Amino acid sequence: MVPIQYFIGLSAILFTIGILGVLIRRNAIIIFMSVELMLNSANLAFITFARMYQSLDGQVFVFFVMAVAAAEVAVGLALIVAIFRNKQSIDVDQINSLHG
Amino acid sequence: MSLNDLLVNLNLIMPITILTAWACVLLLVDLFIPKERKGITALLAALGLLVALALVISRAGVATSAFNGMIMIDGFATFMSVIFLFSGLAGIAVAYDYLIRSGIERGEYYVLLLFSIVGMMLMAAAADLIMVFLALELLSIPLYVLAGIAVPRPDSEEAALKYFLLGAFASGFFLYGTALVYGATGSTALTEIVSATTSGGVNLSFLVIGAGLILVGLGFKVAVVPFHMWTPDVYQGAPSSVTAFMAVGAKAAGFAALLRIFVLAFPPLAMDLTPVLWALAAFTMIIGNVIAIAQRNIKRMLAYSSIAHAGYIMMALVPYGQGNVAADTVASALFYLLAYMLTSFAAWAVVIALEHNMGEGRDTDGLSLEDYSGLGQKQPALAAAMTVAMLSFIGIPPTLGFVGKFYLLRTVIEGGFPGLALIGLLTSLVSAYYYLRVVVYMYMRDGEPVVRREPWLYFTALATAVGVVVLSIFSEPLFNWASQAVLKLI
Repeated sequence: MVPIQYFIGLSAILFTIGILGVLIRRNAIIIFMSVELMLNSANLAFITFARMYQSLDGQVFVFFVMAVAAAEVAVGLALIVAIFRNKQSIDVDQINSLHG
Repeated sequence: MSLNDLLVNLNLIMPITILTAWACVLLLVDLFIPKERKGITALLAALGLLVALALVISRAGVATSAFNGMIMIDGFATFMSVIFLFSGLAGIAVAYDYLIRSGIERGEYYVLLLFSIVGMMLMAAAADLIMVFLALELLSIPLYVLAGIAVPRPDSEEAALKYFLLGAFASGFFLYGTALVYGATGSTALTEIVSATTSGGVNLSFLVIGAGLILVGLGFKVAVVPFHMWTPDVYQGAPSSVTAFMAVGAKAAGFAALLRIFVLAFPPLAMDLTPVLWALAAFTMIIGNVIAIAQRNIKRMLAYSSIAHAGYIMMALVPYGQGNVAADTVASALFYLLAYMLTSFAAWAVVIALEHNMGEGRDTDGLSLEDYSGLGQKQPALAAAMTVAMLSFIGIPPTLGFVGKFYLLRTVIEGGFPGLALIGLLTSLVSAYYYLRVVVYMYMRDGEPVVRREPWLYFTALATAVGVVVLSIFSEPLFNWASQAVLKLI
């Protein structure tokens, strides 16, 4: 059996990659994918802990999270498409009409 | 859970059940309402909120838990629900005419508003981190859509995208924090987290990091420094009626969750978390108020002001771990949220009344400070409402903002953080500069402000402004009501 630490380590790495992706990448879709990576790293952690505690709770949470992520995709992609229609670009550096 | 259990539980959370069902029904009903008569949808939505409000108030004093302890119905949830439902009503009142004149009137607006309020009410009642997460998403996702409802206007789209990306980013933090807390304690229920922590044997480093990530996630929602970058852009770009609702509702909901999670589940971690909260509160008050000085756009100024106010409320959270002060922490934060709600709607209603589309004989959009010149002569009532709001934001008597700030500072000093209280006091003095500047423009400069005569906007501005003054006289019973909302483990 693969030790728990490996799973937790992997989920922490995925979470970090997700954060870095949001902070570094400039394409709205890739930023959004990085956010999804963060959610999925949390899912992995939930499942790992559920196995550690031999309880189903953690696995059920994952379903909730997946449903929420799907709802976010629907809204997020719609917004990105709307912006692309207007600007012909989804580079967040070019989305800068608001400033003080 | 049998069907009967389900019905019993749904009955326990009746206001939320009714509001959810009503929002779903309204989504269908709206299809049959002709395009030029969407006022009917607004009216029906307001009706649903009123019914829910009546139910919440008639059930005040009940303390129970539902859905296997996932939801707690107690004084705290009741108090917050009243705040959310009132902001929903005010949100509809300020939106109605504004949406028509901006040409973005859609029935979905009101339905999304209802869903968002359901999320907020669940957030205040949630007693389980997963429940908090679901409620957080339920309140946020409609707000992302609302921020972008003026599509294809570029600034509205931009605000929606920024709000969405950073909101989802924050949810990621919150969720990972929840996973770590679950890993450390074996449960996401707030009561079991605290009992597992006190009985020992938990992985403390996981727990502390998890609590920190939860704080980051909710910190984004309530806009505390350094998680505030999205706030000015989103508040400026979103349609003003959405901003008004978002500035109050989302912030209050975020604080409801912060208060409940920290006061119920994390007192054993106070040693580690208090310094972090201290720094967040201090930086938020300082940076929010200082940057607000430089703003000439009223929406951006109010955005930074809302950041600063998040700092003031955060201040009450700092001594949350001290058993004897924790009750005051909750009571003063709730009271301040109430004061902030009324004050904020008074200010935003005036802002919305002055906003107009560019090119209607004017080369401004009514959102810069100069557009407020001469308001005192042209529209004394609106100018008076704005003045009351500004005084209340600063914390000058006789306004609710003064009483609220007094209770906040008292809590902080009781908790043994006089330094933080001093920062709060000094930043309030600094804030007087940019709030009073608006008053100066209104009364001491000549100008021809363009103002709409829209009954609901007037009503909201005046009613909330009067509320801010009158309630400050009766603040004692109000504070006692907030004190009864103290969080207890059921």
